[in-house]
Amino acid sequence: MAEMQDYKSSPKFETFSYLPEMTADQTRAHIAYVIQQGWNPAIEHVEPGRAFNYYWYMWKLPMFGEQSVDHVLSELEACHREYPGHHVRLIGYDNYSQSQGMSFVVHRGRM
Amino acid sequence: MAKVYEAGVKDYRETYWQPDYVPLDSDLLACFKITPQPGVDREEASAAVAAESSTGTWTTVWTDLLTDMDYYRGRCYRIEDVPGDDTCFYAFIAYPIDLFEEGSVVNVLTSLVGNVFGFKAIRALRLEDIRFSLAYIKTCNGPPHGIQVERDKMNKYGRPMLGCTIKPKLGLSAKNYGRAVYECLRGGLDFTKDDENVNSQPFMRWRDRFLFVQDAIETAQAETGERKGHYLNVTAPSPEEMYERAEFAKEIGTPIIMHDFFTGGFCANTGLARWCHKNGVLLHIHRAMHAVVDRNPHHGIHFRVLCKTLRLSGGDHLHSGTVVGKLEGDRAATLGWVDLMRESFIPEDRSRGIFFDQDWGSMPGVMPVASGGIHVWHMPALVAIFGDDSVLQFGGGTLGHPWGNAAGAAANRVALEACVDARNRGIDVEREGKAVLTQAAAHSPELKIAMETWKEIKFEFDTVDKLDNVNR
Repeated sequence: MAEMQDYKSSPKFETFSYLPEMTADQTRAHIAYVIQQGWNPAIEHVEPGRAFNYYWYMWKLPMFGEQSVDHVLSELEACHREYPGHHVRLIGYDNYSQSQGMSFVVHRGRM
Repeated sequence: MAKVYEAGVKDYRETYWQPDYVPLDSDLLACFKITPQPGVDREEASAAVAAESSTGTWTTVWTDLLTDMDYYRGRCYRIEDVPGDDTCFYAFIAYPIDLFEEGSVVNVLTSLVGNVFGFKAIRALRLEDIRFSLAYIKTCNGPPHGIQVERDKMNKYGRPMLGCTIKPKLGLSAKNYGRAVYECLRGGLDFTKDDENVNSQPFMRWRDRFLFVQDAIETAQAETGERKGHYLNVTAPSPEEMYERAEFAKEIGTPIIMHDFFTGGFCANTGLARWCHKNGVLLHIHRAMHAVVDRNPHHGIHFRVLCKTLRLSGGDHLHSGTVVGKLEGDRAATLGWVDLMRESFIPEDRSRGIFFDQDWGSMPGVMPVASGGIHVWHMPALVAIFGDDSVLQFGGGTLGHPWGNAAGAAANRVALEACVDARNRGIDVEREGKAVLTQAAAHSPELKIAMETWKEIKFEFDTVDKLDNVNR
């Protein structure tokens, strides 16, 4: 058994933040999952220092009825280009449960 | 024409067996499994149960004629065989809504599982299911917040939440206890939990525990940037002390408290649920004592009935069993009562032990908590069985990690996220569980060690209370 290691805490940002940053292919698969569930994709971003707040900046409006994975991905990239230092998260709004079926940070800002 | 008073004992079936009765939408319906004494026929035994759980007594009394007994009596309207068991049968009984005080599961249970369970003509009796009418449900407050509000408050989306019950169950000082909480939360769990028997013992009084735990929550939140909670157990000897603890928990800003609904009682639980709604505090419900009444297949109350009564009484979380851990639970039956906790309409489905359509209307759902004997190797099955709307609650599976609670928590969290990630990408996580975890462990030494530590542990005893349709 490996020798005992010290556990180092570091800032996290909820779902999937304990996994390595998503590859583009993984992100595509998650976007496809959101669309397949019938949820509405949306993008939000924030300065890492304000990440604990419930409300982040909305990037444009939620993409109601969007069916194109490519389009959602290109909006994520556009948001990231405009705010390279920000966390950028993908949300899947589930209007039936009136909640979010999914939310995770795709681009991690510099802490 | 008015009836004439005739004193004496009548067969129950004359009054309480009515096979042509069509239940009203507003009726409360119950399914009992009856094991009669030898020589008592099915109709008479069923009618006796209907009588003794509603208006009847053993002999005719003149005051019966002062009211409309045809309206107030419960009626047995159907009898069915129990598949594979000739010693007993199902009796379906309808009760008019006026027999029960509004918003009182206490009153419903006092009637349905009161004196009748000691009745001599039956050898054993089990309440299998209740259909609560929407009209009755609308008189109950139900869960203080429900699944959707909890997700929004805690900011947890797209995955089950993770918890851990702090051990040892008893004996830690408040400050050492808070340390164990802090380590779990900073490592990646969303919640920690007071064990049910932690109330306010000499070694750790409740106020000290609440303060140190709240400090642990706030420190872990600041460090991780994630929202955290600990179910502070407010179960107490008396309602006054319970509310005093709840008020203090609110004062120090804790997000969730806890109650043991069965030992504490439905009266206390309903009151506390209303308090939680009013004060914006989430409510976790423990279920100590449930197995005393729900485990025997011939006598007692099925757990699905306890789930329904708890949803009406109020709670945001309820322990559901895990299917995979150390405690009892058959998969189809567990999924049946998990749906009864969290869905808004659940159709009759005997293959899952559900005897009636159940419509909850707009009543919020209860988050099922899968707790007991689980560890990282169970994660793929847990994600597949419970889906996102659940709390996966570890104990030894976090605290027993060779590097401590924080590493154990991180291992749990990495395993969970890896399974959810794989599921969303279309991978069958239950079948590919080992590969998914092994791959995730490549980036997480904490998970790798956890997998080595618990590899061999399994719990494969047969279930004692199986569903009747697969029983024999």
